Amino acid sequence: MRLLLALSLALLLTGCASSGTWGWYVINPATDTGWTNIKFLISGMGNTILISVIAAAISIVLGLLVALPGQSKKKGWRIVNRVYVELVRSIPLLPMLFWVFYGLPIVFKSMGLNIPIDPFWGAIITLAVSDSAFTAEIYRSGIQSIARGQSEAAQTIGLSYAQTMRYVILPQAIRRILPPLANQFIYIVKMSAFASVIGMQELTRRANELVVTEYRPLEIYSLLIVEYLVLVLVISAGVRWLERKMGSDERV
Amino acid sequence: MRGAAIEIVDVNKWFGDFQALRDINLSIATGEKVVICGPSGSGKSTVVRCINRLEEHQSGTISFNGVELTNDPASVASIQGDIGMVFQQFNLFPHLTVIENLMLGPMKARGLSREEAVNRAKQYLERVRIPDQANKKPAHLSGGQQQRVAIARSLCMEPKVLLFDEPTSALDPEMIAEVLDVMEELAREGMTMIVVTHEMGFARKVADKMVFMDNGEIVEQAAPEDFFERPKTQRCQKFLSQILHH
Repeated sequence: MRLLLALSLALLLTGCASSGTWGWYVINPATDTGWTNIKFLISGMGNTILISVIAAAISIVLGLLVALPGQSKKKGWRIVNRVYVELVRSIPLLPMLFWVFYGLPIVFKSMGLNIPIDPFWGAIITLAVSDSAFTAEIYRSGIQSIARGQSEAAQTIGLSYAQTMRYVILPQAIRRILPPLANQFIYIVKMSAFASVIGMQELTRRANELVVTEYRPLEIYSLLIVEYLVLVLVISAGVRWLERKMGSDERV
Repeated sequence: MRGAAIEIVDVNKWFGDFQALRDINLSIATGEKVVICGPSGSGKSTVVRCINRLEEHQSGTISFNGVELTNDPASVASIQGDIGMVFQQFNLFPHLTVIENLMLGPMKARGLSREEAVNRAKQYLERVRIPDQANKKPAHLSGGQQQRVAIARSLCMEPKVLLFDEPTSALDPEMIAEVLDVMEELAREGMTMIVVTHEMGFARKVADKMVFMDNGEIVEQAAPEDFFERPKTQRCQKFLSQILHH
């Protein structure tokens, strides 16, 4: 934190020294225009948070649905899991976003369905699917880290597979996978910036639009970075709180 | 009532190329107590694990109360509720309290209400003499207490047969007695028990039948007095002399 502060301070000073490089007036809260610009930039925050949270929620469910067949005794199910994970995680986010936003409606139309995909849902679907492959792998490692004796003991008291997962394995696994899942959420928040290219009005899109009218990319993008920084730091703090809360009764 | 509770006929099992069980034939009557012993790697645990379908055998048949064990998930689940199992490593659920460990099976697999499950759990905690530990996490209990909780957890399902897979092998010596006491009491009450153990004192007291295994096969099956006094095979004699005189 201190290092970051020192670094930004140094940047700022060198900027001031060679006058004309920085033009902070564009986001100077003391002036009317500056304040309007700041409000415009920050107004993208709501959508960034919204698409990230919805995408993460879908990814957490989808990831589990993808992970479970990977634990199956039947080879067919394991293949389904492998193919999904390998395929999805090898597609870069941007091409997938284009495919979902521009391509998927055509697929729907050819099937006789009229399902329009707006930037909001296009971004969410892409982020969720792309992330689910990683979430699935995180679930896998969590489930595998629970000793086999646990599921055997569950079987011997008559629990079904679903009950074993629900009451015995997942409650233990979730505590172990919380830190990597939180990492994935931070990843989603940052990747949501890509949604700007399909017209989603979130943080990055707002910054881009302002740059086009103000011709001040350096200052505006600097503020954009700070916005993401603050967002991620808040999430990190929240996750640490959650970990402490869940870890408190984990003394095993 | 006294029919064969468990009938094992010509069972073979392989782990890859390794043959773990060779032509196992064993019949256990209702109420009978069978102790299985033998050197490590002889297949004792595998027999027990095949009986409640934690392992699958490749040939032969195992039947429980006249019904053959198959892969049908519903039948596997019903069998596993009726055949209790106590593990060497206890395998308690660490995220649940003692009483929650006991209530899980009755509530989820047997459909008991919470109140019924609590009553039943308390009753069996009393039986294994740790009623005061109900709200602790397993990690806060001693090994002997944990194993008694594990026995109570099995009993809560009111099983017809109880399997024990080296129940005292992971315990400190001073805790072995408290677990064996509970097991002896169960035996006196008429529970059908199959116990894999090296505790020969317990075996002498409790067993109706001794089974000696080596190298995946049953080498000797006899009543305890014959087994300990007049072992027929050399392998069994050697094993007994090693285990009794150390």
